[in-house]
Amino acid sequence: MSATTTADITAQIQQQFPQATPRASLDHPALDVPAGDVLAVLKTLRDTHGYDMLVDVTAIDWAEGANPRFTAVYHLYSTTSHNYVRIATACTGDDSAPVAPSATSLWPAADWHERETYDMFGIRFEGHPDLRRILMWEGYPYHPLRKEFPLAGIETELPDPEVAAATKVQVKPAPMAGGPFVASSGEINLTEAEPRAKDESWNEANEKPGA
Amino acid sequence: MATEFAFPDATAKNATGEFETEKMSLSMGPSHPSTHGVLRVQMELDGEVVIKADPIIGYLHRGDEKIAENMTYNQFVPYTDRLDYLAPLANNMAYAIAVEKLAKLEVPERCQAIRVITAEMARISAHLLGLGAFGIDTGAWTVFMYSFTEREKLYKLFEELTGARFTTSYTRIGGVARDVPDGWTDRVNAFCDQFLPILEEILSLLTRNKIFMDRTVGIGVISKEDAIAYGLTGPNLRGSGVAADLRKDRPYSGYEKYEFDVPVGTTGDSYDRYLVRGEEMRQSVRIIKQAIKSFPGGDWYAKDARKIFAPPKDKILTSMEELIQNFMIVTEGPQMPAGEVYFEAENPKGTLGFYIVSKGGGVPYRLKIRAPSFCNLSILSKVCTGVMISDVVSILGSLDFVMGECDR
Amino acid sequence: MVTSNTELAYNSKVEGEAIVTRADAVINWIRTNSMWPMPMGLACCAIELMAAGGSRFDIARFGAEVMRFSPRQADCMIVAGTVTYKMASSLRRIYDQMAAPKWVIAMGACASSGGMYRSYATLQGVDRIVPVDVYISGCPPRPEALLDALMKLQAKVSKERSSKNLLTA
Repeated sequence: MSATTTADITAQIQQQFPQATPRASLDHPALDVPAGDVLAVLKTLRDTHGYDMLVDVTAIDWAEGANPRFTAVYHLYSTTSHNYVRIATACTGDDSAPVAPSATSLWPAADWHERETYDMFGIRFEGHPDLRRILMWEGYPYHPLRKEFPLAGIETELPDPEVAAATKVQVKPAPMAGGPFVASSGEINLTEAEPRAKDESWNEANEKPGA
Repeated sequence: MATEFAFPDATAKNATGEFETEKMSLSMGPSHPSTHGVLRVQMELDGEVVIKADPIIGYLHRGDEKIAENMTYNQFVPYTDRLDYLAPLANNMAYAIAVEKLAKLEVPERCQAIRVITAEMARISAHLLGLGAFGIDTGAWTVFMYSFTEREKLYKLFEELTGARFTTSYTRIGGVARDVPDGWTDRVNAFCDQFLPILEEILSLLTRNKIFMDRTVGIGVISKEDAIAYGLTGPNLRGSGVAADLRKDRPYSGYEKYEFDVPVGTTGDSYDRYLVRGEEMRQSVRIIKQAIKSFPGGDWYAKDARKIFAPPKDKILTSMEELIQNFMIVTEGPQMPAGEVYFEAENPKGTLGFYIVSKGGGVPYRLKIRAPSFCNLSILSKVCTGVMISDVVSILGSLDFVMGECDR
Repeated sequence: MVTSNTELAYNSKVEGEAIVTRADAVINWIRTNSMWPMPMGLACCAIELMAAGGSRFDIARFGAEVMRFSPRQADCMIVAGTVTYKMASSLRRIYDQMAAPKWVIAMGACASSGGMYRSYATLQGVDRIVPVDVYISGCPPRPEALLDALMKLQAKVSKERSSKNLLTA
């Protein structure tokens, strides 16, 4: 994959879709595409440029306050020219109900990937035939990979009501005991350089009151 | 009083003169000997024929991706072991190379050779278990026992190198955890030499076995177009006739130096996938022998990666600069630049991809694990429609997935 | 007291062809030496469980190689691997379906306490939902550790008052 190929595919797509902009990427050619053009761009990449395999559909949550808050990312691979391309799009809709276009009409592989992205982030994919949770159980009220959801989890009911009634067990937040002790993502801030406990309000002895 | 139970009339016939039947809803799993872990297949059956098969996953979803946002890059290595827990060294390597791409770090040749040898040994180990489990599913117990004996020999070698039998956590960002012990490569060579005839023996138990062939030839056929459209990778894709192998197409970690063939199937049925896996093991032995023959000397980690790879212990304990460096790497994490990368490696189950979004610092902002088993399983509802229920077991065995990486 | 009986211990002329012992000892001997496990193999520990059943570690020496996936036919449930909340309900149902007497071995760090997965989806220890008899530490524990746990369970079972529960409902 040489530099000319990188410029090649982004240049060609930009020619056809003037609103697509190159996206900063350390390895593969990447484009930021507005939500309305995404399906057309993906179709062109598949039919004209030979990117026949959809390898991944995922999303990034830029945390509350960012605009756009969610970015859906599609990765395509060409089994003939052995190149990847990344297409990113800002999700439309508001923070609690973001929307992105579904690629299931182009690749059946998108089905499960989009279900997982919906499960983890809450992004509804328009045009998906059967958008339901895949990794968490049906009826789980939260979307775990959102930045405001704590790693330990939030107290809810067990998925099976019979077992919950028989054992009186609930989905409880994991006892973090002040951890995980790790620096946050981002550049080192020398004044706060020591990793600090993200949530020191509770540990195994004093459980967190409520959610 | 008790109500009378009205037995349905077994002799009732409907308008066309046939017996009345009903569809049966059957939930296979999540605790089932043939589902290779916690997979649940919700099926609708008409007698023995499956009308609808809906795989339900997520019974092993442990929250790896959320955990990754709270761990430094090196702290996450043990979690990568437990993705495809049949070949942990291969996952370790895929993750390490993905993060090194983020830092644009090149590891020395010796480190690359070590990673290739361990990844190929992991490939042999994973395929042996896949074959064993496939054998059990179709009723052949001996294959399982034989393949576990061979895996024990591999475990002994892994234990000598890394300290653990299988969840090894061996690679670090910028290198590996420790250098190869003396004589280890000779022992690996000896293992390869004695393994090839035993492999032939194991495969001969199944390859021309009439029962096995009856249960796998023509069953679970996946066409080339379907395989690509559903995102299948690895032996499942190659069994359907697509010659796609990242070790050849986009070589990484020095794979371009070694000569090996990539087996490709023709019909895309379960039998082809079995043959592809068997042949891949022979090719893995070939790669290991070449790698050992040309085993380079030199460093086993990137010496110049001062903010990424911890310096050797004796320097840390005696020199101030190395001590500070180690402290920063352990507490803050290996410092990575901001940006995003996506790297896929050819793992035994398929291509394992890591999409890392970094805002700088030692902790990733978003880590997405593209698991091959997740994509391989998505084709199940298509392949299992219209087959008999015993074929579902055979198809599950031939797809060879692992729920650890499917659910993460 | 003086008695003319100078025989000690078992004498077949006196006792016939019967051996007298405590009912507990016999029942416990039978139970410990044929402990059929129900392998709740969920994740990586399941591979070490299978290795314990292989020829190098050979769980068959203990009478436990008969891995019964049907809970009705099993004595001991070996929870091997991470239990998630989604799986916990199925696990409890299977435990309920096992016939008494039944025991549970929590194999590995994830089953004992949630292991290194302190997250929203992982049950922090299977003892939150089923009663556990033996915990095995390790990630994954070596098959020898599993055999050691089996031996500890055998020691525990051999001290039970089994005949007491036999004749009551």
